[in-house]
Amino acid sequence: MTDAAHLPPAPARGCRDVPVLKERGQREVFCGLTGIIWLHRKMQDAFFLVVGSRTCAHLLQSAAGVMIFAEPRFGTAILEEKDLAGLACANEELDREVDRLLSRRPDIRQLFLVGSCPSEVIKLDLHRAAERLTQKHAPHVRVLNYSGSGIETTFTEGEDACLAAMVPTLPDTDERQLLMVGALPDVVEDQALGLLRDMGVSPVRCLPAHRAAEAPGVGAGTVVALTQPFLNETAAHLERRGARTLPAPFPFGEGGTTAWLWAVAQEFGVDADTFAKVTEAPRARARKAIAGAAETLKDKSIFFFPDSQLEIPLARFLTRECGMKAVEVGAPFINKQIVGPDLDLLAEGPTIAEGQDVDLQLERCRAARPDLTVCGLGLANPLEADGLATKWAIELVFTPVHFYEQAGDLAGLFARPLRRRALLSGLEGAA
Amino acid sequence: MKLTVWTYEGPPHVGAMRVATGMTGLHYVLHAPQGDTYADLLFTMIERRGHRPPVSYTTFQARDLGADTANLFKTALQDARERFQPQAMIVGSSCTAELIQDDPEGMSATMDLGIPIIPLELPSYQRKENFGTDETFFQIVKRLARPMDRTAHVSANLIGPTGLGFRHRDDIVEVTALLEEMGISVNVVAPMGASPADIARMGAAHFNVLMYPEHAEAAARWAERNLGQPYTKTVPIGVGATRDFIQEVAQIAGVAPKADDARLRMPWYSQSVDSTYLTGKRVFLFGDATHVRAMARVARDEMGFEVVGMGCYNREFARDIRALAKEYGVEALITDDYLEVEQAIEELAPEMILGTQMERHIGKRLGIPCAVISAPVHVQDFPARYSPQMGWEGANVIFDTLVHPLVMGLEEHLLHMFREDFEFHSEAGASHHGGAAKLRAVDAAPEPDTAQPGAAQAPAEGEIVWLSDAEKELKKIPFFVRGKARRNTEKFALEKGVSEISVETLYEAKAHYAR
Repeated sequence: MTDAAHLPPAPARGCRDVPVLKERGQREVFCGLTGIIWLHRKMQDAFFLVVGSRTCAHLLQSAAGVMIFAEPRFGTAILEEKDLAGLACANEELDREVDRLLSRRPDIRQLFLVGSCPSEVIKLDLHRAAERLTQKHAPHVRVLNYSGSGIETTFTEGEDACLAAMVPTLPDTDERQLLMVGALPDVVEDQALGLLRDMGVSPVRCLPAHRAAEAPGVGAGTVVALTQPFLNETAAHLERRGARTLPAPFPFGEGGTTAWLWAVAQEFGVDADTFAKVTEAPRARARKAIAGAAETLKDKSIFFFPDSQLEIPLARFLTRECGMKAVEVGAPFINKQIVGPDLDLLAEGPTIAEGQDVDLQLERCRAARPDLTVCGLGLANPLEADGLATKWAIELVFTPVHFYEQAGDLAGLFARPLRRRALLSGLEGAA
Repeated sequence: MKLTVWTYEGPPHVGAMRVATGMTGLHYVLHAPQGDTYADLLFTMIERRGHRPPVSYTTFQARDLGADTANLFKTALQDARERFQPQAMIVGSSCTAELIQDDPEGMSATMDLGIPIIPLELPSYQRKENFGTDETFFQIVKRLARPMDRTAHVSANLIGPTGLGFRHRDDIVEVTALLEEMGISVNVVAPMGASPADIARMGAAHFNVLMYPEHAEAAARWAERNLGQPYTKTVPIGVGATRDFIQEVAQIAGVAPKADDARLRMPWYSQSVDSTYLTGKRVFLFGDATHVRAMARVARDEMGFEVVGMGCYNREFARDIRALAKEYGVEALITDDYLEVEQAIEELAPEMILGTQMERHIGKRLGIPCAVISAPVHVQDFPARYSPQMGWEGANVIFDTLVHPLVMGLEEHLLHMFREDFEFHSEAGASHHGGAAKLRAVDAAPEPDTAQPGAAQAPAEGEIVWLSDAEKELKKIPFFVRGKARRNTEKFALEKGVSEISVETLYEAKAHYAR
């Protein structure tokens, strides 16, 4: 069902069992605090209060860009010299800042105390602080905590830590339901819900929900469909509450989306005819949209630096549906339980790397001279200056890229730097 | 603890990065957790550098905490030495590493790497980015610069420009030209563009030009005491300051104050009749102390504005800015809280703001024109074109920068004035956005006048009511002073015990507050 005629059959040997190159050294990655930038857009009545240093505030400001001026629902309680002197004092200070914040923002229903490297190192107990503050501000506001520190989390793992912290607070339910997990842009979430509704899958709930009051229940009847590959802790927490996680490739591209939906369809007893009827038209649209970008991408080589854990599913999409050749697929963390189905579909060949020693990886990248390199903003311009085309990775987390209607846009994100390079070739040597 | 959304300055280790990234042949080993590499993108994106900053991070993780982090640091130091072959290195801790107390100084002292290793003490929980640049540059100079014979020719060092500095790149060119015109050559520019070997020969210059006190005052003072080099106190931003700077340099160097200002157009532009409407424009200044000081003088003495308020975010210069504000007869605002700045601007209701990226957004929110004069700035203020702030060309650039938002403000005002006109009604859109303009039918009925004088509901006790004629009259006042006119009139009415504002009240108040 999932192997349409136009897509290559699943490779005889995928990458699930190839040895993973595990590296340790300097890592050029964001910390989990960055997740706040997109999470706060999704959860409309939540405020994210980082307890950290000026560095944390500076990071959020650098990552949030201009968004910082639109009265964002996040901020940093900056630790000062006096907070480091005695811990009792730090708790009082935190309570005072939270009181002030909540009195200024009465619309807030969920407050996340987000741990940082400094707060973790001084062992400021934010978990107890969250419990204390929940009691104080109940029932109006629920205060939760998670860590987005760099010492514990890498980039998208911040979302994982946040959602995992919410799981214990979800109500119990025995209802048989599909729980779609991962913060998707609203437009994408609506499309996914529409497809599932048309197939007759019901009820479907989302984590995170837009508002605290819409939080889903969880229990033995819950089937979890992850929409993002980085939700390892969240999946584990949901399983602890009795839920079961569906193994499936992630819904990138036509093939990925179809396989994802098919996994759900099988679980909920959707017949093949209904499935075909619902997916036929959007599949055709997705194929057509991808074809445009695939002309540029065909036979081009691609190198992924670790960033978001989206690398393996994206490499699967680009190799199978756009005809690219993967050289190295680096990910900050690889959980084979979760990205296994994508690894199965990624033909053997590329180096699969977990972790990073950035200088060594740069050496490999420069030696391979890939046609396109996916990397962070700290590396992108330096690599471009070396003559390598790059696609900066953070955009893949902010831009709607999942499911059928975005499949063409997703391929377009990778084709654009190559098209631009070709267009500007007359500038060579001018700089 | 202090709740913050926006910070004017990063942590001090970002200041150290700015020094390291500005220099060549120097490498910075920063003991920092995974994630602190975010600061790289300030340089690769905002400044658009085509190289990675010369910074190695130990990027320790939770599992390393304990004895392992010290080893990570040593390995990182060793690796950086071998890989990058720098002439010297600086080492230090970021805020988190400061808490785990691994002592980079002690550890690097035990390793013999054959090059100078300069430890940095940057207290992250007390100080900020500008302290970081100043302290780092000072430590490098103190360690590497030595007294030596002066160059035969009169020469100067240009000190202060760093990576990620607001217009530092072009200011260097401009100041170099000013000195060359007087026959003075540049010995070393530092930190920007200098290698540790260059720092070592700083002592050969006859004096130092302190371009940015925020970033090099400590080094300038040290060089004065230990290398016998005087340093300039005037920062040549603006026509008057540039002339004073030339006098000061001439005196220090013992040369004639020659200046070729043939390309200086700013004074004539400012004198030309088209600029008359700039007279007495009420401006508010905020930014780093150096740029605020310089721009206050430009605003008052060279543009003919009225300075109604000023302040800076770097506390190191609080005393200077307080004294300066007193000279201008205004209150100094020393704060790093942008909400306080916003409040001050709202209260003063200036017609223009000269500030940083934050003030640009405050201005946008309040509908006040704004020009950016100081860091922190965003990518658009690292322009491709030549755009210094210093010297003659800097003065030209400043004139354009300060006038452009106002001309646009005037344009917008005219559109408002004629907004009942059939070509300029509110749905017509801006005149320069072609294609979308919609003409209103000439015979269309005017909008009905809904507000009736002494309207249905009675005003609450002590509330002031605007009669509809007065409200209409108020709308004829340029939008950028309307808020102030409204507040003044209401204040006047309150003082007079008048509860209804008529057109007369409006004009009586105007006469009362006339300057």
